[in-house]
Amino acid sequence: MKVMKDLYYTKDHEWIKVEGDLAYVGIADYAQSSLGDIVYVELPEVDDEFEKEEAFGAVESVKAASDVFMPVGGKVVEVNEELIDDPALLNADPYENWMIKIEIADKAELDELMTSEEYEKFLAEEE
Amino acid sequence: MDGRKTPLYEEHVKLGGKIVNYAGWLLPVQYEGLIPEHEAVRNKAGLFDVSHMGAIRVAGKDAEKFLDYLLTNDISKMKDNQVVYTFMCYPHGGVVDDLLTYKFSNEEYVLIVNAANVDKDYDWIMDKKEGFDVEVENQSDATSILALQGPEAVNILQKLVDIDLPEIKPFYLRRDVKVAGINAMISRTGYTGEDGFEIYVDNEGVLKVWDELLKVGKDFGLKPAGLGARDTLRFEATLPLYGQEISEEINPLEAGLKFFVKLNKEADFIGKEALTKMQEEGLKRKMVGFELKGRGIPREGYEVQKDGKVIGHVTTGYMSPTLKKSIGNALIDVNEAEIGNEVDIMVRNKPVKAVIRDRKFLQNR
Repeated sequence: MKVMKDLYYTKDHEWIKVEGDLAYVGIADYAQSSLGDIVYVELPEVDDEFEKEEAFGAVESVKAASDVFMPVGGKVVEVNEELIDDPALLNADPYENWMIKIEIADKAELDELMTSEEYEKFLAEEE
Repeated sequence: MDGRKTPLYEEHVKLGGKIVNYAGWLLPVQYEGLIPEHEAVRNKAGLFDVSHMGAIRVAGKDAEKFLDYLLTNDISKMKDNQVVYTFMCYPHGGVVDDLLTYKFSNEEYVLIVNAANVDKDYDWIMDKKEGFDVEVENQSDATSILALQGPEAVNILQKLVDIDLPEIKPFYLRRDVKVAGINAMISRTGYTGEDGFEIYVDNEGVLKVWDELLKVGKDFGLKPAGLGARDTLRFEATLPLYGQEISEEINPLEAGLKFFVKLNKEADFIGKEALTKMQEEGLKRKMVGFELKGRGIPREGYEVQKDGKVIGHVTTGYMSPTLKKSIGNALIDVNEAEIGNEVDIMVRNKPVKAVIRDRKFLQNR
């Protein structure tokens, strides 16, 4: 499984890439690979606000549906509309193809997430 | 992962199969991917290991009479070497299992049943056979089954047999056929809506048949296919799955499968009285097809609502690989079952508009 450096990860296999007070959120390689061919993506609206660990969207393969959760609380400032028309982008490159861009409510919540190195260890234990 | 392994387990792993536990069996849900496997079966051919299915032999002087009492279809009308789809019902009309009956003679039959129901079925049959001169044997553990499905299936299998395959018509069987030198029974049956064969062999011979089929099938576009594609294929073809479209709680009439329940057959069968009464009084629920108008994918168990009131539930739903649409089956209040009726499917607790349609998903693609 591919793990991208310099991102934070959740136990539910979301990633977050922080840029100042803003951040991109998506699903990790492990998530897309477990789901298989993704055929549907549900995204929130811009300006929607979510708590940490609240479901903000969903990704679905033919076989299964999976909610996607907020790594930290925040407000949606942009959604990746491209995924609506082409959900398979998440299979092709789950790190390049972010799902939402958010304004982080409380950066202290980032401390509770896993670093890339910690996430790699976590994955090794999951296997 | 815990579970029983078919004789082909190591082959599934070698081929990159993603193994899951299904009805207690470790089987591949997919190899390279559900969609390419689904498309292979619709356009070329796919090969499934369905050795988890159960096989129960019923033989003896009263075999025909017993099965006509046990099963809803008309067994007395079957010809030798014919296969029929039928239900085994409870007295209240709910379904113990759906199965294929293979007739060798009116004193010998084999019932092919769902993996999850083998033990329940066997116990049920043993319990009901009192007073009938029949022997019942559970042959599930000794039998391996392959399903070769798709428009190219006949051309692939022809390469490995010395009989003329077109002689075997749909829903007929042939015993003692050599497939790649291995003694087999083959039937022109399947669970995909495509032409194809099911091949029954002893556990010892199945690896050889599997290997040879994959080898000669290569030139025809044959792919090994997993449980994932098996379910999307059967769904698109309007074939029911036990536990979803039919169950102890959902009877065959509600499921729209009256054709396989011969209420007028001479024999009295288990469930006949209840089903006849329901038919006369009118059904309260009906299995319908629907198509989502809004975005989302319907899943088994999602509620169906009309004006905020629950009117039923989704029994199977998918983003159909063949139609590229979100479609499903739902069991709903018969008063809301008219084609064209607009309902809401509760997709993760949010209503998404859907319209009731016929269930001939494949024919009207």
